[in-house]
Amino acid sequence: MSSDQTPPAVEDVSTQEARMGDGADDRFNSTLREAFGSTPFILTKFDKFMNWVRGSSMFMLQFGIACCSIEMIHTYAIKHDLDRFGSGVPRASPRQADVIIVPGTIVSKFAPRMKRVYDQMPEPKFVVSMGSCTISGGPFQEGYNVIKGAEEIIPVDIHVPGCPPRPEALIYGVAKLQERIAEGESSPVTVKPYELEQFGDLEQDELVDKLASEIDEEDLVMRYNWNDSP
Amino acid sequence: MSLEKPSRDTALDVGVTEDGLDYDALADLLGGHVLDREEHVNAEGFVIRPDEVQEVLSTLKEEAGFDHCACVTAQEYDDRYESIYHLRKFDDPTQELSIVVPSPKDDPHNESAARVYDTADWHEREAYDLVGIDYDDHPDLRRILLPETWQGHPLSQDYNQDQPQIVSLREHANPLEDDKRSEDDPDTMFVNIGPHHPATHGVLHVETVLDGEQIADLEPDIGYLHRCEEQMCQQGTYRHQIMPYPDRWDYISAGILNEWAYARAAEDLADIDVPEYAQVIRTMSAEMCRIASHELALATFALDVFGDFTAVFQYGIRDREIVQNLLEDLTGQRLMFNYLRLGGVAWDLPEPREEYFEKIRDFLDDLPHKLEEVHDLVTGNEIFQMRCVDTGVLSKEQVKQYGATGPVARGSGVDYDLRRDDPYGYYDELDWNVVTEEGGDNFSRVLVRLREVEESARIIEQCVDLLEQWPEDDREIQANVPRTLRPDPDKEIYRSVEGAKGELGIYIRSDGTDKPARFKIRSPCFSNLQTLPEMSQGEYIPDMIASLGSLDIVLGEVDR
Ligand code: SF4
Repeated sequence: MSSDQTPPAVEDVSTQEARMGDGADDRFNSTLREAFGSTPFILTKFDKFMNWVRGSSMFMLQFGIACCSIEMIHTYAIKHDLDRFGSGVPRASPRQADVIIVPGTIVSKFAPRMKRVYDQMPEPKFVVSMGSCTISGGPFQEGYNVIKGAEEIIPVDIHVPGCPPRPEALIYGVAKLQERIAEGESSPVTVKPYELEQFGDLEQDELVDKLASEIDEEDLVMRYNWNDSP
Repeated sequence: MSLEKPSRDTALDVGVTEDGLDYDALADLLGGHVLDREEHVNAEGFVIRPDEVQEVLSTLKEEAGFDHCACVTAQEYDDRYESIYHLRKFDDPTQELSIVVPSPKDDPHNESAARVYDTADWHEREAYDLVGIDYDDHPDLRRILLPETWQGHPLSQDYNQDQPQIVSLREHANPLEDDKRSEDDPDTMFVNIGPHHPATHGVLHVETVLDGEQIADLEPDIGYLHRCEEQMCQQGTYRHQIMPYPDRWDYISAGILNEWAYARAAEDLADIDVPEYAQVIRTMSAEMCRIASHELALATFALDVFGDFTAVFQYGIRDREIVQNLLEDLTGQRLMFNYLRLGGVAWDLPEPREEYFEKIRDFLDDLPHKLEEVHDLVTGNEIFQMRCVDTGVLSKEQVKQYGATGPVARGSGVDYDLRRDDPYGYYDELDWNVVTEEGGDNFSRVLVRLREVEESARIIEQCVDLLEQWPEDDREIQANVPRTLRPDPDKEIYRSVEGAKGELGIYIRSDGTDKPARFKIRSPCFSNLQTLPEMSQGEYIPDMIASLGSLDIVLGEVDR
């Protein structure tokens, strides 16, 4: 209410009337509201509504790995400002996040930790893999220590190629993800060769025998069979 | 502390002459320890017995003034293993000496240097991890980059890359569990920080033990981003395939600085001269990278200390975006520039040149005002000062022991900058200063970075002046370099440049083919990070976080 309106005398009006001023407050009268006219109701399926909500407000996990995370930071920060698209706020804890962007090379020592972080996120959760490293290992594909893509560890919804992808590309990827979520498309089922499992459950072979003195039966381990990698 | 300021008494000056080192005098000093002498491109190498490492190195350190163990390179030959200790002096890094320690093929081991130079601790652990040499009398010889259950040593000759590996994910034990500190408060608490944590600047894992609120024990656990950079470079050809990788070591926009490290080493190895015009462009673009890198260092440091993702952080990013635009105009990429070539740069400045120069000048004109803003927001801020002044103190002595370089060394008053002390590029023709601060605390390191941004701006400005007046018919951007480069066999070189974080060095050994036989990266962050336990002993966790931020590490370079 603009200040040049003379406030009505206090005794004359109820609080509610005073709030209302002259007629309905037009703060809420968006164009959308006008379009609805006299029947401001929408009929939709609950699932559809939920999907729309999910895609429109996504919390990202603050998760940096390698070079790509620098461009990811730029995507969050001014100029590119991912927040504009309803998916800005980075959360430091996986338990509060809906989306994990995997920005960089995954190596053997980190993969079990990444899997753990992913497991800690509540359902429904989504994964955007950023950069060629997360597609195939990228420039380090032939490295002895490098996992050949994020999909070897966790399922991925959207791949954003590039080395590193420009912020615009990442935004496009996130927008595509939102679109998919809003349309209720589920993530593809992927092959995940590397699982966290208990050491005792591994098939016995030379390597397992050798490590038996170092690792407890109950310890979680990840076994890499590099030969099976793409 | 005789090493702190090598007084010019004769003892520390063994072999120092007007025109470089007199290696004969040094060999005399070591007497019978020197079995053989090798010619490396950068310095002479003295071959010594594997069980006399400590004796030789401490003689050289105490009596000849070699106070900087820059790097330890390990490699396997067909008939032996070899560790090379690259020594130089903080006072004058052009005085270099390599100590070459061969060890037998069937049971490779030699004495550790960690008791002489603290920095050798991690360097030797890395050598053990990747190449498989055992170091006797090493305080703690474990794997450092690869998981502890790894099988084999990947840079040794008989390593089979296809063998399966098992990596565990288990709880870390408290190393002080049994250490009952005192009668009434026997507990220590173990706190895991990282590898996924917003304050560790990437995938660093810090194992911390607290006694009450103070840090009783701390160990950085690295290797979560070890992507085999050395293997990649050994598989690439000198001419084209290696250059993209340096961009990905220190990936905080410091690409051209890193590329220059490789370019400098390879050019000296293959005797390539770089045209002056290209040197000026290199100098200019490298300093832009430095500004971008320091901006992000400041932004993330403020993020650590203030804990918000808002104002200060965004100011840093805002300024970086401008530098990144300039670099993009020049190189075509925002982050991974791949712009230098052996013998020059990839292409000339963007046309129209005047427009580009104007853009740079606009940026430089705005910079003082922006820095003032930053000083208002950050360094002038009382809370910031309380967090940073007198926390994380690192003495000169510690800096030298750990081989810390770059802003970390200069923040502790160690006046060491390779741009001036071991000049390359066009730096010695330009007018600029090396920034040092005496405090040695977190605050000093931040101040050094901010003031270095000003100096970099001065350098860029002079380069722009030069480039503007450069005669049009003399704009040679690349020397004539053969399509396939095959340096002579068995040449060895260690060369370094001043990267954004400090001394970034590269060791290359050629074997007559078009690919290096050994490619070793000496990363400044690897050495700098080693000082973290020293800085945070007895401090609170938040101060440790501030110290970590002020070290400005980047894991791509720590782990390589
Ligand atoms: S895709 Fe390229 S930029 Fe991204 S993490 Fe991998 S190497 Fe770095």
